[in-house]
Parts: sequence; C-alpha cells; structure tokens
Amino acid sequence: MERCYINGMGCISVQNTFEGNFLEHPIVYSDTNIIYAVKPNYKAFIPPAAIRRMSSGVKNSIVASALAIEQAQVNELDGIITGTGMGCIQDSEKFLEKMIDFNEEYLTPTSFIQSTHNTVSGQIALKLKCNAYNFTYVNTGGSFPSALLDGLMQIKNEGKNNILIGGIDEIADYTFKLYQTIGHIKKDNEESYHILESRSEGCVGGEGSTFFVLSNEKQDQTYAEVLDAHLVNKLKKEQLEGFINNFLQRNNMNISDVDAVVLGNNGDVNFDTYYDEAERLFKSNSDLLYYKHLFGEFMTAPSIAVWIASNVLKEGKAPSVLYKNNEKGSDSIKTVLIYNQYRGKDHSLTLLKNV
Amino acid sequence: MEELKTELKEKIIEALNLEDMSVEDINDTDMLFEEGLGLDSIDALELIIILDKDYGIKLTDSKDGKKIFQSIETMAQYITEHRTK
Repeated sequence: MERCYINGMGCISVQNTFEGNFLEHPIVYSDTNIIYAVKPNYKAFIPPAAIRRMSSGVKNSIVASALAIEQAQVNELDGIITGTGMGCIQDSEKFLEKMIDFNEEYLTPTSFIQSTHNTVSGQIALKLKCNAYNFTYVNTGGSFPSALLDGLMQIKNEGKNNILIGGIDEIADYTFKLYQTIGHIKKDNEESYHILESRSEGCVGGEGSTFFVLSNEKQDQTYAEVLDAHLVNKLKKEQLEGFINNFLQRNNMNISDVDAVVLGNNGDVNFDTYYDEAERLFKSNSDLLYYKHLFGEFMTAPSIAVWIASNVLKEGKAPSVLYKNNEKGSDSIKTVLIYNQYRGKDHSLTLLKNV
Repeated sequence: MEELKTELKEKIIEALNLEDMSVEDINDTDMLFEEGLGLDSIDALELIIILDKDYGIKLTDSKDGKKIFQSIETMAQYITEHRTK
C-alpha cells in the first residue's frame, strides 16, 4: 500500500494565510461574530473576463488551489476532490433574490450557473484542462473529511500519484443572518475571540478555501504524511473515547503516542462538551491546540485544521496562540490527531505524522 | 438617445459585473463581443434579459441578436424603435 504525503498547500482564510507564513501575526477579531476572508490579489491568478462571474468562494479556491499546485510542483493531477458544506451560497442567494424580485421571470443565467456546489471543482478542472476524476462532497461537517478520505484512498489504494483536495465555504449575508436568528452563530453583542470562556449558544462564523496536493512520493517540500482519516455522522459523548481509541488502535497507536491534538472548539456551549471529553483523554500526554478563535467556524473548517497540523509537523512546534493548555508546548511534535464535530454531528478524526 | 446610451452602459456594467469599467470606458460604437468588450454567449443571455425586463422587447430569433448587440449604438437604435415600456 502506498503512502500519502501532503506536498503542497494553499489557504485563503480570515487570517493572512496566503502569504505563506504560519500565523506569525495573527489577526484578532474581537468585535464581530461573522468574519470574512482576507482577500488575496485575485487578478494575479484569474483572468479579468473570468473573475467578474466568480463569487468569493470560487475566487479564493482558484487562488488556494494554484498555490497548492505550485508548491507541490506537479504538472498533472489524477483527481480533483472538493468538500463544501453550503457550496456557492452567494450565487444561490442572488439567484433566489432575482426570482422573488422579478416574480419568477427574467432569470439571469450567471448566478444559476455558478450556484452549484461543484462549481469550484469544475472551475479548477477547466482552468487546468484536467479531465481526471472530479468529485464534490456535500455533507455538512463531513464534507472536507470525506474529500480527504477519498483523496487518501485514491493515493493509497488506487495507485494515483497526485490528487488535489480542498475544503470551501463562503459567507452569504442573508444566510448568515438566518444562522444568527436561529442561534447557530452568536449574536452581534457577544464577544467572539475568547471562545473557551463562552457560555452562550452558537459560534463565530467564518469562511475559507484550503487546498492540498496529496502525493504518493515524499519530496523536499513535503509537510506531513496523512496516516488515516475516519468519520461518523452520529456519536454520543460517552462513545467518543471508544471512537478515538479504535481509530488509534487500527493505526497501531494509543493515546499516549499522540504529541498534539487539534480540537475544533468554537464557543458553542451546547456542543463544545465533546471537546471537553477529548481534552480529558489527552491533556496529560498531548499538547492541546485549537484554532476557531482565529478562523471562525464553518462546515469545512477541518481543512484549516489540516493546514495547521501540517505546518506544526513541518516546524515541529505550534505557535503559542494555538495552545489551549499552556503557552509553551513541545518543540518536537511528530504526531498530530485532529478531532472535529459540527453541531454534535459529523465527527471526524485525521491522523498525521511528520516526515 | 444619448440618455438611453448612458443608461445602457450603466445597466451592462452592473449586470455583467464589469468591475473595472466605467461609462466613459465604453464608446458608443465599440464592438460588445469578440475584440471589443470581449463579451461571450452567457453575457448575450444577460443582454436579452435587459431588453425584455427593462424595455419590454422579446427576442425570438438569435440572428436578430447578432445585429442588435453589435454595439451600444445598435442596441439603443433598436430599443428606441421597438420598446414597449
């Protein structure tokens, strides 16, 4: 069975992640509960004629995928696999607004064409003239872990050389207002940054596009090796320990072998208890990291966690801003486990090691 | 007619999201497709909707579109002669 390496990454997020540094100067968002991605220079990557039809999620993804491919130095991809929770929701909103405004007449084609969930994987394929396997997973919090698992299997079991995978979600104003109304996103007047102290419902909403080139060959620029990935839709809190232990055991590891755990705490008092349980399991042996205080929550946020884990493994350490349990952690992190769930469902585990 | 031409330029810039263009950048006789503004077939559909929604003109023959959408000048001329609103 082949091994699977992360040879290139590109990340457009609410932090300056596209500049290539690893959270050297993190932006602290403390006065808003909906945080927007920092825009790169789109025109350096996308022709003007194409850019005008693209929503922010599509543009961010074109740039992030180009960065990942450039880093990995690959000329040909054997597959493009994306995960997205809400797809191109900005264009869906535009399309639906026009249906209402124009009494279901005069429906303009652009928003409709761009509103489909697989717009991103299609646009990347068109740009690269790539006719290979092209797939988009739309399974809320399981969207990116599904894309990662597919990519992992393509490399390990199907003999593919280079697979591009990505997680994409974008903020759409009306949809996010609805999320605030129903309590999925915190109200405007609640503090956003100190999510570990949160006692309220909902999360801080964010967005991002993060892409990785998975390859079967280790190279000089390789970030990490992906050992395994697993996800389940439903899991009771008391089942979490068994879920994690079984996953580690099938990789011939146990809890004490994990140097750092990346947890998905998002400040939602109803669901962060899962992470409390994970913290209980790992706190005596592992560094505990979190990231949604910097990046916000969205359905494909686990892609940010993989970006963080890959950087941590390449550098051997994590910046203090990511630490839950202490400001100074290990300087030789070699194994990272990512655990995420979305509103109590779609629990995923990803195991990576250094190379 | 001049007022209509300016209105058309504004509508086209907005509908086609031509972010870097202003009314002054589009000459009345500039070709809208190919080597002119570089619009394509999807843009043509957006233009057809502008004619229908804002001026009450329904195009049924695609050959007509080629002549009408040559430039702002030809669009304005056709709208003036055929508008119902």
